[in-house]
Amino acid sequence: MVSRTRSDATDAADGTSTRSDPLRPSDHIDSAGPIDDSVTQPRLGPLGYVRFFWRQLTSMRTALILLLLLALGAVPGSLVPQRSSDPNGVVAYQTANPQSFKVLDSLGLFSTFTSPWFSAIYLLLFISLVGCIIPRLKHHLDALRAKPPKTPARLERLVGYASTTTTTDAESAIVQARSLLKRQGYRVARYDTDGPHPSLSISAERGYLRESGNLVFHLALVGMLLTVGVFGSFGYTGQRILVQGEAFTNSLTDYDSYNPGRFANENSLQPFQLRLDSFQPKYLFQDGSWSPESFNANLSTRVPGGSWTKQLLQVNSPLSIGGTQVYLLGNGFAPIVTVKDPSGKVVYSGAVPFLSQDANLTSAGVIKVPDGLAKQVAFQGFFCPTPVATTTGCTSLSPYLSDAAVLQLSVFTGNLGLDKGTPVNAYSLNEDGLTKIAGFRTKVDGLQLTKGKTAQLPDGLGSIEFTGISRYVSVDVHHDPTPAFALLFAMLILGGLLLSLFVPRRRVWIKALPGKDGRTRLEYAGLARGEDPTLARAVSELVARHGQHLDGVTAEPSSDDPPTRT
Amino acid sequence: MPATLAAYSVVAVYSAITVYVIAFIAFALDLSKRSAIAQASAKALATPAQLTVGGSGAGTTVLEKPSAVPSVRGKASRYQRTGYALVIVGWVVHLTALVLRGLAAGRVPWANLYEFAMTGTAIMIGVFIFIQFYRDVKFLGAYITGVVVLLLGLASVNFYVAVTPLPPALQSAWLVIHVFVATLGTGFFAVGGGLSIAQLLQTRREAGGLTRAPFLATFPMAEVLENIAYRVVVVGFAFWTFTLMAGAIWAERAWGRYWGWDTKEVWTFIIWVTFAGYIHARATRGWRGSRSAWLAIIGFSAVLFNYTVVNLFFKGLHAYSGL
Repeated sequence: MVSRTRSDATDAADGTSTRSDPLRPSDHIDSAGPIDDSVTQPRLGPLGYVRFFWRQLTSMRTALILLLLLALGAVPGSLVPQRSSDPNGVVAYQTANPQSFKVLDSLGLFSTFTSPWFSAIYLLLFISLVGCIIPRLKHHLDALRAKPPKTPARLERLVGYASTTTTTDAESAIVQARSLLKRQGYRVARYDTDGPHPSLSISAERGYLRESGNLVFHLALVGMLLTVGVFGSFGYTGQRILVQGEAFTNSLTDYDSYNPGRFANENSLQPFQLRLDSFQPKYLFQDGSWSPESFNANLSTRVPGGSWTKQLLQVNSPLSIGGTQVYLLGNGFAPIVTVKDPSGKVVYSGAVPFLSQDANLTSAGVIKVPDGLAKQVAFQGFFCPTPVATTTGCTSLSPYLSDAAVLQLSVFTGNLGLDKGTPVNAYSLNEDGLTKIAGFRTKVDGLQLTKGKTAQLPDGLGSIEFTGISRYVSVDVHHDPTPAFALLFAMLILGGLLLSLFVPRRRVWIKALPGKDGRTRLEYAGLARGEDPTLARAVSELVARHGQHLDGVTAEPSSDDPPTRT
Repeated sequence: MPATLAAYSVVAVYSAITVYVIAFIAFALDLSKRSAIAQASAKALATPAQLTVGGSGAGTTVLEKPSAVPSVRGKASRYQRTGYALVIVGWVVHLTALVLRGLAAGRVPWANLYEFAMTGTAIMIGVFIFIQFYRDVKFLGAYITGVVVLLLGLASVNFYVAVTPLPPALQSAWLVIHVFVATLGTGFFAVGGGLSIAQLLQTRREAGGLTRAPFLATFPMAEVLENIAYRVVVVGFAFWTFTLMAGAIWAERAWGRYWGWDTKEVWTFIIWVTFAGYIHARATRGWRGSRSAWLAIIGFSAVLFNYTVVNLFFKGLHAYSGL
């Protein structure tokens, strides 16, 4: 890709020398032009092919097409539920469309952003990027040490051309010009010519930050990719439902679900503890519906060797503990039930988290009692904090707890599948192999319990008491070593971008020609290197500024409008 | 009291829409006026040319395509001045609506889809007015008032929600920054998109097509339009980059990860990459001109898609439409 035309570049007489210009792929609009290889191209050897493909890969056109592919490739990631962000959606899709699921899954569309084809696009893009950046980096470092190019013999055809005459002598005028340009951040070089029409001149160039910013931007993108892709794999995330009063220890066995990064080490889990003391939600009733206003989870936390300290966990305000972050995700009710056998012996007792189904916390849940009764028993049903009865159960009118709060349960017996040693979802019931003995579509009514009430189970199996109600919150525990680096690279990306887009790269020249009448003729002109909409204005300001340091300045009328680059 | 303020805000929004509609009509009349001027001057040019052709008789070989796809400049018409004045009046009313809504809610007025539409369209008009200080692009008046009337009308009729307190997930200083900068980006992309459309039309006219839209003759040349469009889009791109980063920082605070390919994140990414593509296209030989203009238009379409379809129909964490 390294455009070979560059190396031939010499100091052109019109000041358009490209030696100090940023290096660009040969199909870049600012480069001298594509090299037509088709005519004299010899048969390519293996190395030739490698070089050919490398040049193709690092060309502007390839980068552009890869960018567009990247945008296009991301689209399915928003149309199809993703395993990473919406695992339940994936399961739901599979159940609803088993046929198309197979096709889409084989294309990797349910994990678009880690799929081989998406990875291929961005890896090729980044290889192309690196291949383009490295030669540019070297070239730019050289350019930073180079002098501005020679002053062109004729300035008339350049941007913002203006000329004045002054009584100040040429040498002092040019010394003034030099210090003025230096103050304005230009890199300057003095070029004088002899001959019949001697001239003194300053050649100045500025805006090297444009290319520096561009390089920083692209390098920081690479840094961001490495940070996320490599260092991100040292992190882990875990989820846990925390019922009031229950303590959670940050260890593998205590999580409901745990997703380690590729290089995460479970021994690195900091064994801190969390306990939910109370949970206070606030809702607002408006236009016939409740909307949440705030969720306050009062936690106690303890690091190893420390004592319990009270902390407030809120949405948008995670706790930081032991190098990990704890986030408040969800919340709900956990009815406390006590199950007894016919003799009155307690076989099960505890708070069971019910997952909320709507904004009013109509909640669904499952209670499994594998041991202690004549058969394995499971309860499935709803909890409604402010209930109104429906045909299949209840629905809640408010997210606040009322005295009428009801627990409605169907009863199942049979093999709960808990003895096989395979993990079973605690929040759902696989009805295969179970017999429904009470509830909707059976002869026996389902159980309706308000707080403090006891119901007898069918077939004399025993009894269940609704003893009380706890709150629970679900928390997300994250350990991610990358955010600080990601933030650093993000700042570099943004900073580099702003420099590369808005710093103009430009050359200006000031030439002084001693006249026979004792007056000195001064010429000014500029040349844009890349996008530079304000160049003409900058040159005219320069003329005015310079004039302030000179004596007896008169402007010369311009013969015609100088060509302006837009 | 807040309810009254909110009601006044609605009145102000509908007033602003009305003013913008009248401004749109004025700008449309301006375009037809421009057409008339362009046709008149084309005739004036064509008459001597026909004489020459007639005089040269059988000399058909040198019949050049009238390189005069002439460009006509003139003073701004009365219609355009009226339209622009109305845009400013409408904008003041529009801003009043925003302030009232903010006072009624006791927070920034961009926390649900309706409010985002209100703010976003106000920014579009604001950017349109702002750019006039650098470059006269009033010829885009019909486009920008048209787009704003459509979006604001759509939002007022279909997305209106009463003032509600912020849900816990939005209670963050980042709401102020992230969403506001997103609307700024959107405003610049909207104007950039309009300029790119004008550029594409102008390119076709310059190639001898589009005789039914003679008003284009009074627009700047395609290359000039492209240059203005580029500068506008590039500013939008910088804002969009910041939006993406501020969003990531907020997501890290709220959801525990700075990037999770949520649908809204995916679309923000798609838009960012598309405009990155636009910037590269403009620097790629063979892609400058119409091809890159298409990318700017696709990019702005993606912004609109993200704002409407993705907000309403796609499932994701950014579920704040309030509908």
